[in-house]
Amino acid sequence: MSETAIAAPSPTPRWEADPVLDVEHLTMRFGGLVAVDDLSFAVGRGDITAIIGPNGAGKTTVFNCITGFYKPTEGRLTMRRAEGEEFLLERMPDFQIAARAKVARTFQNIRLFGGMTVLENLMVAQHNPLMKASYFTFGGVLGLSHYRRSEKEAIGFATSWLEQIRLIDRADDPAADLPYGAQRRLEIARAMCTRPEILCLDEPAAGLNPRESAELNDLLRLIRDEYQTSVLLIEHDMSVVMEISDHVVVLDYGKKIADGPADVIRNDPAVIAAYLGVEDDEVEAAEEEVEEIKEEAERR
Amino acid sequence: MATTSPSRRPAAELVKDAAYSALIALALAAPIIGLQTVTARGGLGLNARWDDVFLIVLAVFAGRLLLNFTIWRHQGARPIGQKWFQRAGGRPFARHGHTLSKIIGPLALAVALLLPALPFSDRYVMDLSIMVLTYIMLGWGLNIVVGLAGLLDLGYVAFYAIGAYSFALLATHFDLGFWICLPLAGILAAFWGVILGFPVLRLRGDYLAIVTLAFGEIIRVVLLNWYEFTGGPNGILGIPDPTLFGLEFARRGDNTFHEFFGLSYSSMHKIIFLYYIILCLALITNFVTLRLRRLPVGRAWEALREDEIACRSLGINTTNTKLTAFAIGAMFGGFAGSFFATRQGFISPESFTFIESALILAIVVLGGLGSQVGVVIAAIVMMGGFEYFREFEQYRMLIFGLAMVFIMVWRPRGLISTRSPSVILKERKAIGADLVGQGHG
Amino acid sequence: MEYFVQQLINGLTLGSIYGLIAIGYTMVYGIIGMINFAHGDIFMVGSFIALIAIIAFGLTAGSSLAVLILALILVLLIAMALTSVYGWTVERLAYRPLRGSFRLAPLITAIGMSIVLQNFVQIAQGARVKPLQPLFSGGFTLMELEGPTGAVFRVNLSFAQILIIVTTVVLMTVFTLIIAKTSLGRSQRACEQDRKMAALLGVNVDRTISLTFVMGAALAAVAGLMYLLYYGVIDFYIGFIAGVKAFTAAVLGGIGSLPGAMLGGLLIGLIETFWSAYFSIEYKDVAAFSILAIVLIFLPSGILGRPEVEKV
Repeated sequence: MSETAIAAPSPTPRWEADPVLDVEHLTMRFGGLVAVDDLSFAVGRGDITAIIGPNGAGKTTVFNCITGFYKPTEGRLTMRRAEGEEFLLERMPDFQIAARAKVARTFQNIRLFGGMTVLENLMVAQHNPLMKASYFTFGGVLGLSHYRRSEKEAIGFATSWLEQIRLIDRADDPAADLPYGAQRRLEIARAMCTRPEILCLDEPAAGLNPRESAELNDLLRLIRDEYQTSVLLIEHDMSVVMEISDHVVVLDYGKKIADGPADVIRNDPAVIAAYLGVEDDEVEAAEEEVEEIKEEAERR
Repeated sequence: MATTSPSRRPAAELVKDAAYSALIALALAAPIIGLQTVTARGGLGLNARWDDVFLIVLAVFAGRLLLNFTIWRHQGARPIGQKWFQRAGGRPFARHGHTLSKIIGPLALAVALLLPALPFSDRYVMDLSIMVLTYIMLGWGLNIVVGLAGLLDLGYVAFYAIGAYSFALLATHFDLGFWICLPLAGILAAFWGVILGFPVLRLRGDYLAIVTLAFGEIIRVVLLNWYEFTGGPNGILGIPDPTLFGLEFARRGDNTFHEFFGLSYSSMHKIIFLYYIILCLALITNFVTLRLRRLPVGRAWEALREDEIACRSLGINTTNTKLTAFAIGAMFGGFAGSFFATRQGFISPESFTFIESALILAIVVLGGLGSQVGVVIAAIVMMGGFEYFREFEQYRMLIFGLAMVFIMVWRPRGLISTRSPSVILKERKAIGADLVGQGHG
Repeated sequence: MEYFVQQLINGLTLGSIYGLIAIGYTMVYGIIGMINFAHGDIFMVGSFIALIAIIAFGLTAGSSLAVLILALILVLLIAMALTSVYGWTVERLAYRPLRGSFRLAPLITAIGMSIVLQNFVQIAQGARVKPLQPLFSGGFTLMELEGPTGAVFRVNLSFAQILIIVTTVVLMTVFTLIIAKTSLGRSQRACEQDRKMAALLGVNVDRTISLTFVMGAALAAVAGLMYLLYYGVIDFYIGFIAGVKAFTAAVLGGIGSLPGAMLGGLLIGLIETFWSAYFSIEYKDVAAFSILAIVLIFLPSGILGRPEVEKV
């Protein structure tokens, strides 16, 4: 027992001390298939936490459990909001997880409201406060000024986000008309318009070019630093993961194989073997590529 | 795009194609048209009408040949429907749909308000207008469910029936007047919308369609068979007329409209009064719908149509959102139903068959899902056209069905297919139909 | 007990007819994902064609059994062939131009086609009901029991019922084999999975879909003949209610599944028969639809349907 403690005399990591989300013994079975197997980790408040792992490692399943789209077979998911309230996510229906526990998410294959404008997308995200302001529609139908004021505020909030993601000029265009990278940004902004305390991003950098990818990093930092929102992300793009993550959790076949700060993970031989599953020289090649991308990003 | 390979097809091929069409026409016509079953001694006999079959086959052959040598001469232009139709009449309407609706709206409103005063408005025109307005109102009501929330409801007529029977029963049993029963009928219909919606709104797509269709049929069968309560197939007679602040539209009575205003009695007074009632009801429906679209609940409906999963990830209670759409749609159906009852003075289950649901749905889809102006145009075109063919009595429904098919093939997205945003920052731009979601429920 | 057995036989017969129609719905739904609303009316057309053929052949109950059966097979083939043309035409005119288009458009054209077919037959053949003298009289008496009061209960299995059940079983087997073994069946299943991919791999999608409609219509014609033989009376309106029931059966069994359609058909037939026998005949449709609603609430993809996995 004491051997490991002596070998690694580090203090409790930050994410263990003040976790915004605690995942304990999460297991998800689909028939005979065990997609997630007794997984435990913590997401630190104000951290950017990345879940990485090869394809089919169960990353998206973890997301779907956290956001209530799947009911986990076993395990406990505790969300601790800043004001102290705690929510057991595995017991809540999906929409309440977003509405009350303040967990927001994006999707691997973007799910925008394509036929609605960019602005409308952000207005839908503010549904719950606006619903209250319209006195559950009754006041709104009568045209009470209270609702009109709230709507103006909501448009203001949406506008501020549109400026943030540089889509203010396209506010009145249908979301489906946006280029791919802009759709990704819009989906993140839409999730942020629910004013979440934790933002779950499912492969936000997928399909982005290096420039957009670098922009995404800035956006995520902004979300963490300016909006005090913790970020949990699944990512394949190592330049994103290594550059911005405070904490990395590595999954393989539904099990956690490593958990720690990014620079520790980077050199973990188990991670390299599982994640890349290849010869050492190819690992080096991949790492070089990562470095190159990083340098390129810094040059700009 | 249809003319990418403008190679002309050889004449022999065209003739052969026409011959095939004629052959198919022969197979279709020979049994059903060629041999008519007639009642004869000791059972059924047959009456041969081969000359008719010959004429039909000839007409198909000639028609096909003509088309083949003119419009379908080129290889690329072959598919009958879409491509050719879209080139012919598709685009311009869609692009200007928005500006069009801006002009049409106020113009139509003005015409509607002044209609009873216009010179050609005789009793026939007024009756027809009342009917068209009833369908416009029903179309607007269903538009909330199908057009905005994207939930396919094939049993909308059930709520129309509930509204009509609520008023008829309340009026005949408890002697309540139209104006008291109207809100009650709406509330009852909405209540039934919730009762039905609660278990079935979890279903997706066509499952929802079939359950709503089943519900519509259940209501009709119950109305038909519950003699003691609904009068069964005989329906309910003697449903009272509406009154204007207590003034009746009768020839004789204590408190009649014509005596109060010192006019001589005219049956047109009542018709005009009914016309303004339904106009008001329809306009209220329109006003509320347009308002709702700009409220969070309306935006949530449209978001639901676009992507239900994304809605849930944003904290929207999709069950409640669907239920409100269902209930509000049902409520307007209920209002329209009680108007129908008071106008007819008599209702029976025959007025609430599936074909009514199909008709209302057709008006919504033909008009363009979610488009308020589209519903008006479609209702006028369909009901007006239906009336126009009144002389052809027995061919009327046949033409009606064919028209439904052809209009749909011509414009699958409906007459007005663009969507107008519910909130704008700087500039209002219409959204093309190809981007708008189709709904899953 | 005897009453129960009798109702069971009646229910199975009715269920076979529903099942045959339901297969048409389920095949079309499986391949293009739309409710072919006109299918019930295709069934009605099929039963009219069968009626006309029977009269044209001059079949009566007086004909000898061998002649009768041979002639009926001929009638069946004629009805299947001509009704298939109707199925093909409906697909060609109302559905093919809308392939890949807005989801609700083919639903409206289907309803339009249903109206067209009903009114076409009404105009061409008249609105009156068409009675047919029973071709088969008699049957087997399976049980004969004397009740306590001295009344005699008989459980009858009529020749018509045997014919219907046997034909259904044979055709079910044939069609299951076609779907499972032939290249047509393979193309159908490929189109069900992914139409675009099937086209890329050289499957003639339009032809496959047309053939699906043709097969569905042929089975509907069989159902039409059976209905005619069983009830002995048809009119231009029978398609609607039978169609709705058959679609209910397809959904109940799990839409897209052939055995499901048959099972659903049998269940609807049984529910309807037993409800009429033990409760009230007026509310038999209510019973069938209520059971549908209840099943769908607890088993949203039907009894034998593949559960739909929500992709997030």
